[in-house]
Amino acid sequence: MFIIRKKRDLTPVTKLFVVDAPLVAKKAQPGQFVIVRIAPSGERIPLTIADADAKAGTVTIVIQEVGKTSRQMGLLKEGDGILDFVGPLGRPAPLTDKGPVVLVGGGFGVAPIYPIAKALRAKGVKVISIIGARSQDLLILEAEMASVSDELLVATDDGTKGHKGFVTEVLKQLIDSGRDIELVIAIGPMVMMRAVGKTTEPYKLKTLVSVDPIMVDGTGMCGACRLTVGGKVKFACVDGPIFDAHQVDFDEANRRGKMYATEQKLAVDRFEKAHHSGPCACGCGGGH
Amino acid sequence: MPEHETTPAKRLPVKRPRAGMPTQDAKARGRNFNEVALGYGEELAVGEAERCLECKKPVCQEGCPVEVRIPEFLGKIRDRDFRGAYETVKSTNSLPAVCGRVCPQETQCEIKCVLGKKAEPVAIGRLERFVSDWAMGQSQDKPARIKPNGKKVAIVGSGPAGLTCAGDLAKKGYKVTIFEALHAPGGVLIYGIPEFRLPKQIVAEEVGNLEALGVEVICDVVVGRTITVDELFQQGYDALFLGTGAGLPMFMNIPGETLNGVYSANEFLTRTNLMKAYLFPEWDTPIKVGERVAVIGAGNVAMDSVRCAFRLGAKEAAIVYRRSEAEMPARHEELEHAKEEGIVFHTLTAPVRVLGNADGWVTGLECIKMELGEPDDSGRRRPIPIKGSEFTLNVDTVVMALGTSPNPLVSQTTPGLDVDKHGCLVVRDEDGLTTRDLVWAAGDAVTGAATVILAMGGGKKAATAIDKVLQGAK
Repeated sequence: MFIIRKKRDLTPVTKLFVVDAPLVAKKAQPGQFVIVRIAPSGERIPLTIADADAKAGTVTIVIQEVGKTSRQMGLLKEGDGILDFVGPLGRPAPLTDKGPVVLVGGGFGVAPIYPIAKALRAKGVKVISIIGARSQDLLILEAEMASVSDELLVATDDGTKGHKGFVTEVLKQLIDSGRDIELVIAIGPMVMMRAVGKTTEPYKLKTLVSVDPIMVDGTGMCGACRLTVGGKVKFACVDGPIFDAHQVDFDEANRRGKMYATEQKLAVDRFEKAHHSGPCACGCGGGH
Repeated sequence: MPEHETTPAKRLPVKRPRAGMPTQDAKARGRNFNEVALGYGEELAVGEAERCLECKKPVCQEGCPVEVRIPEFLGKIRDRDFRGAYETVKSTNSLPAVCGRVCPQETQCEIKCVLGKKAEPVAIGRLERFVSDWAMGQSQDKPARIKPNGKKVAIVGSGPAGLTCAGDLAKKGYKVTIFEALHAPGGVLIYGIPEFRLPKQIVAEEVGNLEALGVEVICDVVVGRTITVDELFQQGYDALFLGTGAGLPMFMNIPGETLNGVYSANEFLTRTNLMKAYLFPEWDTPIKVGERVAVIGAGNVAMDSVRCAFRLGAKEAAIVYRRSEAEMPARHEELEHAKEEGIVFHTLTAPVRVLGNADGWVTGLECIKMELGEPDDSGRRRPIPIKGSEFTLNVDTVVMALGTSPNPLVSQTTPGLDVDKHGCLVVRDEDGLTTRDLVWAAGDAVTGAATVILAMGGGKKAATAIDKVLQGAK
């Protein structure tokens, strides 16, 4: 059991957990992920590491309640245990010595961007961060990102905070303004990462993205996470999860990500039914 | 072997045909995950044991990689001393209930059985299973306290090699810790081999037996990521054993392999067995099994996959294999079981590409017919494509069961630990000493994909060598 030390609701559907996992905390590097399982009958899901404290022996993860497992996980409280918490897995983000680096985080993708920003800053690399969400109340970790960025730019789809529109528009303005940029790293929904790649490609600006495919073991065993990068098949769990945005076949990745859409919907419906009508099956004493 | 070498027995061997294995009805079992082979009862077991000639020189034993004293345990079954028989098996074999089910006895001990020259060999494997299952149904005596010898050994991987090595070392007084990457111990015994061939409860009980000997099992630790080999030595382990298996799936590198509906056998079996996808949505892990499933390959993993596909509800589940039935590497028994269950076989057929629709889902498998030419390096006749014989199999799920190679996570993070061009760990001697001092290895990590019993034999040899070196180092 891996005990949840702290829980923070970042938005109504985005939750941050600080988890006791000393061995993982000691090794975790920005860009790596863990595999989590919360019940004996549960599935194994990958979650990108949002922070790690080797001294305290804790690892921070952020979940967005989308599927059944993330919803169920959202109900966990401080002091509860996570059954399995394995990692750190995948290759760390390449931490360049040369900046400036533009970090783009969309939605709950801001969470895994944070440790990269922190590590680059610690190396003295200039960090310009662009974070975005649909709306201000869905924007996460703004203060944290400000504390590890030389410059922080914000975009919301509805204009409730910062630039009204997409993070890619802010990125394009930044590039077009003639600013010196060595590298762009973008993490967020697949559509956003693809758009970032499309934005930087004409400028031949090196751009990395962190893909988030379906995984089972996370150690190279199953190949569920395979994707095509530069015409070659890669396993995101051992070859990634960070890849060159200009080489990733996003159409394929997007389609593979939806392989179990029907099953996911069925599982979510069952879960919602059990938790929102009548006496709750989870033992919480009612609806949520 | 000439008959005069048999013991002038106080009890004469009884001449009777080999006892058949009671099995679940083929039609019913093809659609459920319950165990296929039901096991001998006491009478069948005693009757079968009575067939043993009790040869003076038990050649059967030479065929056993873990050196089970076969005539001795058969003799005890005959005397109805089932506990004694179990103790005999258990003294050299840490996983008898597993071996009794999945060992290819027909190429190990039973092929050597003298009876086999004129009739059928004694069903040694089935009797091993019988005594193990018998023992599991009895109240277990607490194992005798073993005096600790003060030394610590770390085992990486809880598959058959690691479990065997752990058991042998624990019996010698070592403090043994097994590190497992997945969330449950057993390795291929739980993620690969299906419930209907090896119930997971059996694996759990065997692991429990090891824990009763003092072996500690720590799951969720990926050696090479969570902790390195060097860090384990820093933690005070005196020696290491690597039983990390061959977990990396191979693909054919044909077009269409990333379409939705194409699985590696590893993924297909892991979802089904370890994650119990056949219980979805009660269990959370889903699996996609269409109406028509093609499994590429004809080894045991392919047979397991195709039989799982049928049980998961496929209307038709087929093996696609480029050679003929004679060259199939699967155990004969598995092949027969698959046929009985209604599995379709497309032999002399090789996939060319996977076909998909606009949404990226598999719609078919384009294949080409093959003929057999001259023998190749493996000694088997080489399949040669017949020009113009392309055709399409109408399938919506494709499972690639082409073999596996060792996972590089440990070798990549351990300086001085050499691998060969296939990614297999290089060993310096028969005991499995790697190119790093005090680090031994065995099983698929060394040999590439092989059998459970070979891995166990390797684990056992390594345990003996570790003991020899550490005791010498006192």
